[in-house]
Amino acid sequence: MTEDAKLSSAQMAWRAAQDIRDGAYVNLGIGFPEMVARYQPPGRQAIFHTENGILDFGDAPEPGKEDWDLINAGKKAVTLKPGAAFFHHADSFAMVRGGHLDVAILGALQVSEHGDLANWRVGSKGVPAVGGAMDLVHGAKQVCVITEHVTKTGEPKLVEKCTFPLTGVACITRIYTSFAVIDITAGRFVLREKLPGMSMEQLQAQTGAKLHIEEPVGDLVTPAL
Amino acid sequence: MDKRSANAAEAISAIEDGAVVMIGGFGGSGAPIELIHALIDKRPRNLTVINNNAGNGRIGIAAMIDAGMVAKMICSFPKSSDPRAFTEKYLAGEIALELVPQGTLAERIRAGGAGIPAFYTPTAYGTELAEGKPIAEFDGRPYVQERWLKADFAIIKADSGDTHGNLTYNKAARNFNPLMCMAAARTIVQVSRLVEAGGIDPEHVVTPGIFVDRLVQVPNPQQEEAMIRAGMQYEGGIYP
Repeated sequence: MTEDAKLSSAQMAWRAAQDIRDGAYVNLGIGFPEMVARYQPPGRQAIFHTENGILDFGDAPEPGKEDWDLINAGKKAVTLKPGAAFFHHADSFAMVRGGHLDVAILGALQVSEHGDLANWRVGSKGVPAVGGAMDLVHGAKQVCVITEHVTKTGEPKLVEKCTFPLTGVACITRIYTSFAVIDITAGRFVLREKLPGMSMEQLQAQTGAKLHIEEPVGDLVTPAL
Repeated sequence: MDKRSANAAEAISAIEDGAVVMIGGFGGSGAPIELIHALIDKRPRNLTVINNNAGNGRIGIAAMIDAGMVAKMICSFPKSSDPRAFTEKYLAGEIALELVPQGTLAERIRAGGAGIPAFYTPTAYGTELAEGKPIAEFDGRPYVQERWLKADFAIIKADSGDTHGNLTYNKAARNFNPLMCMAAARTIVQVSRLVEAGGIDPEHVVTPGIFVDRLVQVPNPQQEEAMIRAGMQYEGGIYP
């Protein structure tokens, strides 16, 4: 495997976007997961939720046209789509915890084979900040992670047990990585798709827990983005 | 009924040392900058401040922290584009932090306003933020008990208000504001437009006036994010 033989961030985002159905209510985590919104398949339109109180927000406005009372959870300026709604924070998190969102897609430091997620804190130093991450992992019908398969130094991010502080327990059901698409069922990583140029052995070697196969593994193929 | 105050200084005049103060806003949207700065001019100390964040730059809550007024922050995300004020005091052990997940923070405030002393949520189960809290299982799933959150005062930014205290908000500047209005013993609101009773369509009221005690009109209020981008700071009395 060369460094090039993995999906780019845009390609990971594209792949995740293919699974979002038309009309789905979706929350994308701050930062990289927000990129998923760019790659909705033609003819499908998801409705994006942001924790600070907007449903159906759109892209950033042109520079200079920002309204700083119209921001997303990452405090970036956004626009509204026709049919948008505002609401207060208790309603916003009722949408989250109450099972009203179809999909939440979050970043990860580590995901365990039991579906535990660590994504808010590396250690005990510095100023801790959690935001809405611990709420977002509960309630959406599907809670997914989108992440590089390994860290910058090559350590697996998919592990038997998280070593970083947890965001939530047994909450993740699907992972989109730079190498593979993996479901979590019954406390196991189940491989659904992998890069066609990567052998099972190569993929397993970069994964910190056993990958299980239940049905033929698909090819993870995306456009050049 | 007329809940109007003459100015921001009069509106916040009852806030004394040691008060627990909810401050509306999410980042800069909905932050009641003029009321916060009036509070800095009065300079009560040893405050507990409840907000989603812990200030940004050198204005608003950050300027309160810089002025040594804040003993404790209860918030979900004490980071920002310029978090110096909180970070320096926190790392020096000069300010306490109670970190609360954002949705739990909102619900604790709502519960405080709704007379619900505790509730169970799945949020934070199995994490360090649930340590020491009662756990109970409902329908086979574990939940964490969280307590209500109340305050002596809430200081809030709304868009329109009438003399009865009925409020509307501007876009995503609504955020925590309606919840905090409910959860404080005394709620003080700055509004861009203050009208007579009847000037807001009852169908459009977001916060009913029963949750509001004092109102002050601040036409063309400052927007925190815009101030930060302009490099503004507040040290009391004047904008340098």
